[in-house]
Amino acid sequence: MTEPLIDVVGVEKSYRFFRLSNVAMRLEPGQILGFVGPNGAGKSTTIRILMGMLRAERGTVHVLGHLVPRDQALAKRDIGFVSEDMQLHGSATLAWHMRLVASIYPGWDVKYADVLLRRFNLHAEQTVKALSHGERVKAVLLLALARRPRLLLLDEPTTGLDPVARHEILAELMDVVRDERRGILFSSHNTQDVEQISDQITFIDRGRIIDSSDKEVFLDRWRRLHLDVPPGTAVPALPGAIDTTASGRIAVVTTNSYTPEIDAACVRAGLTVRDVQRMTLEEIFVANVMSNRREADR
Amino acid sequence: MHSDVLISQADRRPMYLQIMEQIRHRIAVGDWPPGRELPSIRALAASTQVSVITVKRAYLELEREGVIVTRQGKGSFVADSAGLSMQLRRDELDEHLTAAANIGRQLGMTADEIADRLHEAVKTRDENER
Repeated sequence: MTEPLIDVVGVEKSYRFFRLSNVAMRLEPGQILGFVGPNGAGKSTTIRILMGMLRAERGTVHVLGHLVPRDQALAKRDIGFVSEDMQLHGSATLAWHMRLVASIYPGWDVKYADVLLRRFNLHAEQTVKALSHGERVKAVLLLALARRPRLLLLDEPTTGLDPVARHEILAELMDVVRDERRGILFSSHNTQDVEQISDQITFIDRGRIIDSSDKEVFLDRWRRLHLDVPPGTAVPALPGAIDTTASGRIAVVTTNSYTPEIDAACVRAGLTVRDVQRMTLEEIFVANVMSNRREADR
Repeated sequence: MHSDVLISQADRRPMYLQIMEQIRHRIAVGDWPPGRELPSIRALAASTQVSVITVKRAYLELEREGVIVTRQGKGSFVADSAGLSMQLRRDELDEHLTAAANIGRQLGMTADEIADRLHEAVKTRDENER
């Protein structure tokens, strides 16, 4: 049976100045879910709810088939959680932390831990306080990976890392999903990392999920059309047009549901289609957030 | 880590097209002969550090083109049809010719003028060969 690794429905949680509303998400085994949003959008709050560290006011949360927070202890046996503010003991060595984690989790893989030490260029005998930011992130990730958990929940794992460290981490994450039973949710505002390794992408802004889909669908459907608009003609209503900027005889239309039929509709309206451009995930993300905010503020 | 395929962030084409192109080229130059097994989708995803879904899409499209065949539970293989690699090289040539035609047109050249330039290029190449 392949039950989803994460299944969240209708989650709500209110704070004085922030509200998570109607959050839903799903992660299937063997997949990587990129959870993308601006700072303060609700990414960390959502991940903390998945971990049972915060309680939702409404909605249901299943992680690895267990109801959270009720059965969070069962779920956490097979979750590796990594976040920015993870506390390590500054005066203890990495080796000490590895022994500690190994004593708690029976799945600890000694050989893989050694491989990771080498791949991440870490020294087990170094104390935590002597580590750089990047080394500390890699150390926390090592402690999670070497347990070989079925689910990895990574809150901004690549933020503030140099390109080499990011590359090392992405390579290790891709290695995890060689196993079709395992999966990863990672939050980020680095859209390049997300575009590269995610199978599914969920956008969140101001506490709401604004879009969610398979990555290839995002990259295929979002396009920017550059149009010449001769005198006496106008840009027709086009499917999925979320933004149109026109100045003089030139218009640029951003659509989230591109098909070649759109080109034909423009030609029928007397316009010339000069170019149909694909968009990067970053451009899609920004256009998506801006158009949703315009809708909400209306 | 060694990989058969390398993705470039600076390449404006989508990643699945880059993967397709590099596999087609491997086959065209004869590195991967007919019947050879391709890396599994998950193995290629891990070595190129590109999502599984993207590699899966590249394989599906290559299958649709008849370049590879996928046998359920056994993996994907370079298609066995005779003359396939010649066909792939011709397709590659057509792509380059189309690109050349586009640039020629942008420069305001006629079809004959573009053809003349191609004749020139062939002549120069043959002379250099000697």
